[in-house]
Amino acid sequence: MDVTQNTVSLGQSLSIMTPEIGLSIAALVLLMIGVFRGDKGLPLVSLLSVGALVVTGFLVAVGPQSASAFNGSTLVDPFAVYMKYLVLLGSAVAILMSFDFLKTEKIGGFEFPILVILATVGMLLMISANDLIVLYMGLELQSLSLYVLAAYNRDSLRSSESGLKYFVLGALSSGLLLYGASLIYGFTGSTNFASIAAFASEGLDNRENMGVIFGMTFLLAGLAFKVSAVPFHMWTPDVYEGSPTPVTAFFAAAPKIAAMALIIRVTMGAFPPVDGSAPWQQIVVFLAIASMFLGAFAGIGQSNIKRLMAYSSIGHMGYALVGLVAGTVAGIQGVLIYMLIYLVTLVGVFVCILAMRRKEGMVEKISDLAGLSRTQPVVAWTLLFLMFSLAGIPPLAGFLGKLFVFLPAIEAGYAWLAVLGFIASVISCAYYLNVVKVMFFDEPAGSFKKPMPLAHRGLLAVSGIFTVLFMLVMRFPLEWADVAARSIVPVTIAAGAG
Amino acid sequence: MSFVAIAFYVFASIAIAGGLLVISSRNPVHSVLFLILTFFSTAGLFVLLGAEFLAMLLVVVYVGAVAVLFLFVVMMLDVDFVEMRQGMMQNLPAGATVGVILLFELLLAFGARSAEGAKSLEEIAVGQVSNTRALGNLIYDDYFLMFQTAGMILLVAMIGAIVLTLYHRPGIKRQNIAAQVARTRDEAVELVDVKPGQGI
Repeated sequence: MDVTQNTVSLGQSLSIMTPEIGLSIAALVLLMIGVFRGDKGLPLVSLLSVGALVVTGFLVAVGPQSASAFNGSTLVDPFAVYMKYLVLLGSAVAILMSFDFLKTEKIGGFEFPILVILATVGMLLMISANDLIVLYMGLELQSLSLYVLAAYNRDSLRSSESGLKYFVLGALSSGLLLYGASLIYGFTGSTNFASIAAFASEGLDNRENMGVIFGMTFLLAGLAFKVSAVPFHMWTPDVYEGSPTPVTAFFAAAPKIAAMALIIRVTMGAFPPVDGSAPWQQIVVFLAIASMFLGAFAGIGQSNIKRLMAYSSIGHMGYALVGLVAGTVAGIQGVLIYMLIYLVTLVGVFVCILAMRRKEGMVEKISDLAGLSRTQPVVAWTLLFLMFSLAGIPPLAGFLGKLFVFLPAIEAGYAWLAVLGFIASVISCAYYLNVVKVMFFDEPAGSFKKPMPLAHRGLLAVSGIFTVLFMLVMRFPLEWADVAARSIVPVTIAAGAG
Repeated sequence: MSFVAIAFYVFASIAIAGGLLVISSRNPVHSVLFLILTFFSTAGLFVLLGAEFLAMLLVVVYVGAVAVLFLFVVMMLDVDFVEMRQGMMQNLPAGATVGVILLFELLLAFGARSAEGAKSLEEIAVGQVSNTRALGNLIYDDYFLMFQTAGMILLVAMIGAIVLTLYHRPGIKRQNIAAQVARTRDEAVELVDVKPGQGI
């Protein structure tokens, strides 16, 4: 591989990074608006932040689709563009969902959407990162904003606790990641992924290069923490439960997507498989199996729906990693599709959780959903489809997502892994179906405050329709994900797979 | 043994001893003072490496700002360090075991390390320009993006500190200088003709 990067000037580099720079400037401007208008400015700032995210999406669309900037330390390719759309979507939806919640719960000021935007800048950098330093910078920008968001409801003990817990464990994982990065730099002599890949292509099995393997392991441990893959998942249930619900919705979607993009970038970009095998495959196989099964078993005993979603997300990250294990174009394509489906389904679920509001305040118990089919039939039926989709029941979107990650794994010789995935998926049905049972067959335990805000109804409708009808329109996202996957998988493997 | 080697061993052993004393001294104020000693010795190591700018930064930023801040926090917050130390003694066996295993594994890995990384470091150090200028060239050119991102991270830290700790309490009387200055004699002084034996 050619290590020397095609050098572009600083000006060209800046123009390639327009989406990130534009979003940063937007955050600064919004901060000024917020400072001068005070906490009354929250509606305006929220609205403008959603606008800024939409404009950024537009900038991503019109910008270059394949370029590298800043001496090859950042990369824009169809893979990055695809992931950036997902992240921007997740962030915009989180701000839309937060608006009514913050107003009725009377927490915090105008900073909420600004922190979401700054976290999004970090995620965009993570997705484009082609260098260990950019990787770390993007990750920290994102993480630091997320720590603050987790503790955003500072008057609530649980929220503060979750923020602190997330911060301490996050700092530990950053330490692991940095240690790994320094080992990799020390042994390969470069922080650039392309140079590391060139170094790794000569084979990492000899004793001299054991340090690189060590570094890669530490790096993956740090990244696995960010997608909350087992055994780095400990923080997830507590943080999901303690954070304000819109923050949980944000945590469950956008940062997971960005971190997954980073894992794919590191594994396929810096340590691409040679002859169909790579040293990281063992690690990812373990992460996938452990996450799938812990997600399936630990969710069964939960009574809090946010905790349930935490274990559900741990499990789903495990399924997504199965596609990565295959290490082929089809496998990566499966991961990309899986993340899209996961994002859209979660939006619907969290809209429903946000609607769980009684006169006395928010409720979070699964038993509070009892009899929802009689009090709010439309919401109940939508949530039924979303739960079926998460459980992976055909022909809903979630089933197809699992299909697209399991099939490449079988083709790549990991049939046993796919079988384990099917088993875990069946086990996890227990808790998804329990939610449905509570909604449809239990006696109503009092109704929720109605009606939902218009934006929420719109999001729920889109999410529900997408989940049900994904099969009919899946040709377009599949083609798109195929292009994206081809851009990240090294040419030799892509050609070999046909 | 050359002067550089002697200086290295002196600085390095003081740094390690200082580091041990930071975690083992009973008085937290002493801990911070030993931390400052460690920073100074590390700065000396940087000078030996020819990185005088980093040495200066370490003294100015870590000793001048961070350590002093630590000192203030330690002296102002009433933290029960004896209790914290008990927790440390309980966790020491498990922690030490993990540490020793990790050290052993790393030694295995480093046993036959390649020297490529070290080589590239030498190339940078042998430049013709002073290392302040070299760092400036790198930071504002090659590492421009990372540098700016670091600035954004600091901004987030600032916003976070304000969001999580700033409380606007209603009903607090604040000094209003404009109102004070605008006061006239007529508003401020009132002449009351008090009749004897009646009071105001």
